[in-house]
Amino acid sequence: MGIFDIIGPVMVGPSSSHTAGAVRIGAFARKLLGEEPASAVLGLHGSFAATGEGHGTPLALLAGLLGMDPDDEGIPAAREIALERGLDFRFEDVDLGDVHPNSVRLQLASGGTELTVSASSVGGGRIRVFDIDGFQVDLDGVYPTVLLAYPDRAGAVAMVTTILSNAGMNIATLKAHRTSRGGQALMAVELDHTPTAGVLNALRHLPHMDQVRFVPRLGFGG
Amino acid sequence: MTHAQGTLASYRAEAEERGVALSRVFLDGEARQSGKRPEVLEALMLDRMNVMRQAVARGLAKPQHSRSGLIRGDAARMDRWIEGGGSLLGPAFSRLVAAALSVAEVNACMGRIVASPTAGACGVLPAALFRVAEEKGCGDEALVRAFFTAGGIGLVIEKLASLSGAEGGCQAEVGSASAMAAGALVELMGGTPVQVDHAVAFALANVMGLICDPVKGLVEVPCVKRNAMGAVNAAACAEMALAGMESVFAADAVIETMGKVGRRIPEEYRETARGGLAVLPLSGCESCGQGNFCS
Ligand code: SF4
Repeated sequence: MGIFDIIGPVMVGPSSSHTAGAVRIGAFARKLLGEEPASAVLGLHGSFAATGEGHGTPLALLAGLLGMDPDDEGIPAAREIALERGLDFRFEDVDLGDVHPNSVRLQLASGGTELTVSASSVGGGRIRVFDIDGFQVDLDGVYPTVLLAYPDRAGAVAMVTTILSNAGMNIATLKAHRTSRGGQALMAVELDHTPTAGVLNALRHLPHMDQVRFVPRLGFGG
Repeated sequence: MTHAQGTLASYRAEAEERGVALSRVFLDGEARQSGKRPEVLEALMLDRMNVMRQAVARGLAKPQHSRSGLIRGDAARMDRWIEGGGSLLGPAFSRLVAAALSVAEVNACMGRIVASPTAGACGVLPAALFRVAEEKGCGDEALVRAFFTAGGIGLVIEKLASLSGAEGGCQAEVGSASAMAAGALVELMGGTPVQVDHAVAFALANVMGLICDPVKGLVEVPCVKRNAMGAVNAAACAEMALAGMESVFAADAVIETMGKVGRRIPEEYRETARGGLAVLPLSGCESCGQGNFCS
């Protein structure tokens, strides 16, 4: 917490939780997907469903998916912009269970890829991503984050950390999640600095790596 | 005497020891923490002030209407009333009220604002600080410093109590903004760190117990008009402190008490929209269920 968290963020109103946080959730999902989604099903949970409309939460989520920041004055027009760009979107009310009241599940598709992300807006525009493609994660978008999907096996973490440490990248957190022993695994690595394309490439060329995705640090407005 | 770290008393002690204003202490602390040079931080603050200025101007120039229909251009209405000479205590007072309404309405209508400390309370600081600065002829440099004082007071409140309506009721949101503005105004007007402390204590004590009861769960009613109240309260409390009045409680103690009161406010009065004004039927026609707000 610093003075600019108190006098800030710069954002489009009316609510840091319902609006600014929702933009950042959309932005996180877009960056994880790696490109503009072609279709999106947005499942609103709890108070996102109950009071989201009046707070512009659906607009804010769309704005994030369209690549806007929390202080973009285009946010109120996000629905029209999405239609213009041919984004096929739909909202529904969902029950995600025992999660934060301001939560949403985004099911995205673009070209050949599909992605499901669930996240909560936890106050002040801060977010917590808690599920990616069925894997439990705990990410807040404050760090540059690398996500690696691979079949669970011994030594995967060591290979990844070796590449990162050889590149002088400091790891803030690293968590591996898997469906079952020897099943599919997802590793989430939060870094202090943005990795170079070379580092990401080296990770992609590790044996048995199915997918390596990168989400840059999410900014606030202004 | 030593004070617990992060209390207003500890910052005040440092200011007095170094013989500088509180804003200097907060600015230096921020520079240390962020690794950024003070000049860079001051420029950043000026940027935020300019976003606030645009929000003040926007709601006055053009009536703001929210999607719910609950906000219907009251800031612009107030501005016309002032232009027409209707002001009760003179235009300076009424402009303060109009500015607070304006920023809060722009927020409710999805315009660009600076959450300070929250989006719901975003009208208080710009209204109080810009209007008094204008009236007294203070320049941007002094204003930037005042905003650092405000931010530092906010940090103390965040640490000792809470800045969120969901946690502590509106006393924690508009109330905190009002306390931040009161302290900042004292410094802007050349008051001492001790006077800042008194103003913060006055402002927060005045709103102790204020519940959060947003109608339909939206930051519109009663929020927008509470921003006007918060700005007026800030000016009154700054004036009392500058006149030499002393709070019988230290600001830190009042802040901690606010936190305690907040935790004991029943949940239906903490941003859940299940109590207070939030459950009153809206007055007006019954056919559409929106009262007379179907506009
Ligand atoms: S009533 Fe609640 S939502 Fe409205 S400004 Fe106060 S704390 Fe914020």
